[in-house]
Amino acid sequence: METRPFLELKGISKQFPGVKALDNVDLTVYPGEVHALVGENGAGKSTIIKIIMGVYQEDEGTITLNGEQVTIPNVIEADRLDLAAVYQDLTLAADLSIGENFFMGQFPRKKNGMIDWNHVYSKTAETLKALNVDVDPRLRITELSPAMQEMVAIAKTVHKKSKLVIFDEPTALLSNEEVEILFEIIKKLKASGISVIYISHRLEEIFTVSDRVTVLKDGQHVKTLPVKETNEDQLISYMVGRSLTDMYNIEHYPKGEELLRVEDLNRGKALKNISFSVKRGEIFGLFGLVGSGRTEVVRAIYGADSIESGTVYFKGKKEVINHPSKAISLGIGLLPEDRKHQGLALTQSINHNINLASYKAISKFNFVLEKRERQRSVEYVNQLKVKTPSIHQLVGNLSGGNQQKVIIAKWLCCESKLFIFDEPTVGIDVGAKQEIYKLIEQLTKEGHAVILISSYLPEIMGLADRIGVLHEGSMPNIVEREAFSEETLLRYASGL
Amino acid sequence: MKLFSKKNTKFRIAEGNLIVIVIVLMVILSFATKNFFTVNNLRNLVRQTSVNGIIALGMTFVIISGGIDLSVGSVVGVASIVVAKLLVAGMGVFPAIIIALLVCVLLGTLNGLIIHYGKVPPFIATLGMMQAARGIVMLLSNARMVAGLPKVFTGFAQLVFLGFPSLFFVWFLVILVTFVLTTKTIFGRNIFAYGSNIEAARLSGINTAKVTVSVYAMSGLLSGIAGILMTSRLANGIPTAGQGYEMDAIASAVVGGASLSGGSGTVIGTVLGALLISLIQNGGNLLGINSFILQIIVGVLIVASVWYDQIRKTKKN
Ligand SMILES: Nc1ncnc2c1ncn2[C@@H]1O[C@H](COP(=O)(O)OP(=O)(O)OP(=O)(O)O)[C@@H](O)[C@H]1O
Ligand SMILES: [Mg+2]
Repeated sequence: METRPFLELKGISKQFPGVKALDNVDLTVYPGEVHALVGENGAGKSTIIKIIMGVYQEDEGTITLNGEQVTIPNVIEADRLDLAAVYQDLTLAADLSIGENFFMGQFPRKKNGMIDWNHVYSKTAETLKALNVDVDPRLRITELSPAMQEMVAIAKTVHKKSKLVIFDEPTALLSNEEVEILFEIIKKLKASGISVIYISHRLEEIFTVSDRVTVLKDGQHVKTLPVKETNEDQLISYMVGRSLTDMYNIEHYPKGEELLRVEDLNRGKALKNISFSVKRGEIFGLFGLVGSGRTEVVRAIYGADSIESGTVYFKGKKEVINHPSKAISLGIGLLPEDRKHQGLALTQSINHNINLASYKAISKFNFVLEKRERQRSVEYVNQLKVKTPSIHQLVGNLSGGNQQKVIIAKWLCCESKLFIFDEPTVGIDVGAKQEIYKLIEQLTKEGHAVILISSYLPEIMGLADRIGVLHEGSMPNIVEREAFSEETLLRYASGL
Repeated sequence: MKLFSKKNTKFRIAEGNLIVIVIVLMVILSFATKNFFTVNNLRNLVRQTSVNGIIALGMTFVIISGGIDLSVGSVVGVASIVVAKLLVAGMGVFPAIIIALLVCVLLGTLNGLIIHYGKVPPFIATLGMMQAARGIVMLLSNARMVAGLPKVFTGFAQLVFLGFPSLFFVWFLVILVTFVLTTKTIFGRNIFAYGSNIEAARLSGINTAKVTVSVYAMSGLLSGIAGILMTSRLANGIPTAGQGYEMDAIASAVVGGASLSGGSGTVIGTVLGALLISLIQNGGNLLGINSFILQIIVGVLIVASVWYDQIRKTKKN
């Protein structure tokens, strides 16, 4: 690969208030190369991407494209230089259709000056089809599942003719099938000589798609090497500074009495006769393809969505949970899959977000005991190793993984008895993942129950005691731990 | 430990700048005009600012929650006419005030209910209320002033305690209560969370219906109080009372650092914002500046303060 590099970053530094996000980082990407970027939460991966894309300005360092030094003051310039990115936080216009999102800012016109909608939608449909993304381009973004939104964002970015395409944790919300589609797309890009930067916390993906990998730690460049010359364990030790083994190997504790029982939950096509129960100390997995109704099940139990019929028993008592506050008062906590829109108040502090659901416990006559409030925040920031200079930092300024930890802290504060984790490790680095698994283990040891939704087979198979497999809104199969196998789960998930 | 530090630095930057501007302006006016630093003028200034300042505090709650209340001016009118009519009909001062305030709370509550359950955007819901409430005022009063209010009532606004006009004490009380509500209570925390992300707030168990309704009811109540104070001050029930006040209230909150996208705003900021706007108007009059020019200045101030805020935010990135 001794051609001229397409992109060269030299000595890039970036300071945020209280955080040195990047410190003298180099990065070289060749044409037709898939270059992976790995590192812990807050290592600076997204920041480097945003500097390349003109979202942020570097404090120091140079950017060279095709041997020519450039400055990228804004996103428009990045676009002009044929750089494109799929960001970690989705950036589609939620109330517009897929087609409108695709052509935003450059709508094709008819002779009379009107927008040529037929062209917009047929062209979009064509692009989506070519990329194997099966969805109607007239649907609005809000009508799509998070996974489909991600696929649309990918398709939108890829369909622009770019010379460099950046993926910042594209697979976080995707199921296996879609990951396969994405890898096909990346292969095509590579074959046509386009450079790709690929960020993911799922290390095995790095070995599947990329040529070389760069490890960042605390904003510093640790190592760049061809993937052929390394392995997962080595990468982890570069990332974390220690080695981690057997992540999913947690202790399974004896089960106690039944905590939650759900009978014949129904809502239109989304939920069909869902029944299951969860015991204290148990981890109940929910698996299924995207759109199979996993999230709907837990949202219904939690009182976030209404149900048409069905009964929920908690601690043996029949309960009507028609609002999240009811669920919380019973001792149920939900970590939603879409943390930006459902989990966090981004413009508020860490302190506020951690305590958000449990102010009653730290108040007198509705007055917040501020010292207790701060104590709890500091305790959980330390325990979960949230990377931040202060508990007063706005959650919106945290890296993706650290945001997730803040939500988990929120439910820990509530002393919940049943924790519903909808994709809890999305966008979380290996070190933190292991901490979360340990935490789940700890919860079950203390006699709490966990419902775990995960699209990630190694994770759900490693952690769960039983797995309910959903297919198109119904859950005919619940698999016991002894019977777990990828094949079985996938077969049930596709309704076979 | 730094992580645990108590204050967030936000206060010092946003409000600090405003305090400096307000003080500098007062010093300049004291030297530039004969009449600014006189007991009479200062008392007048305080009376006028109290009325606007109280409405602006209600508006601050609404803006923090991510909404807007265009009906405050009309609610001031409702309070004015209702209390005046009742007094003229011979009702006692105390019950008349209570009834007028209840009506205003009711109108605010209605705003909240329509916004929450009807999913009508706050701008539209309160725009409708602004029109309808003013219509009610005109109907009730036949578009005429209601005169002949009892001395006990009209005398209140003229009272002076410890050198300060009575209205100031009412404002001060409202400042205290709203300050405590926004910064020290669960309710306050919930409004900020709600304004920042309503869905996350709901999923965290916050009763969003309650927040919406209380916020608009609060705005109605404070507008009502302002309307009654104003009626006492002007010694008449005035059907056009409060017209255009929604703009001053929004301006005060925004100049004070509240963001219309919700989730931010402070009581102290709004108080300073209200002071600044009154100072410009009062000082401008004393300096003999054309009132249309003053209007331009206030307009520029509103835009400039938000602009400055944005620059500061992007600089930080
Ligand atoms: N706008 C900002 N203001 C303040 N600090 C920021 C801002 N953006 C990022 N940071 C900080 O810079 C550091 C690097 O963040 P970055 O988002 O690049 O991490 P990352 O490697 O992408 O992490 P993750 O894997 O969690 O997505 C973090 O400590 C983060 O809190
Ligand atoms: Mg990131």
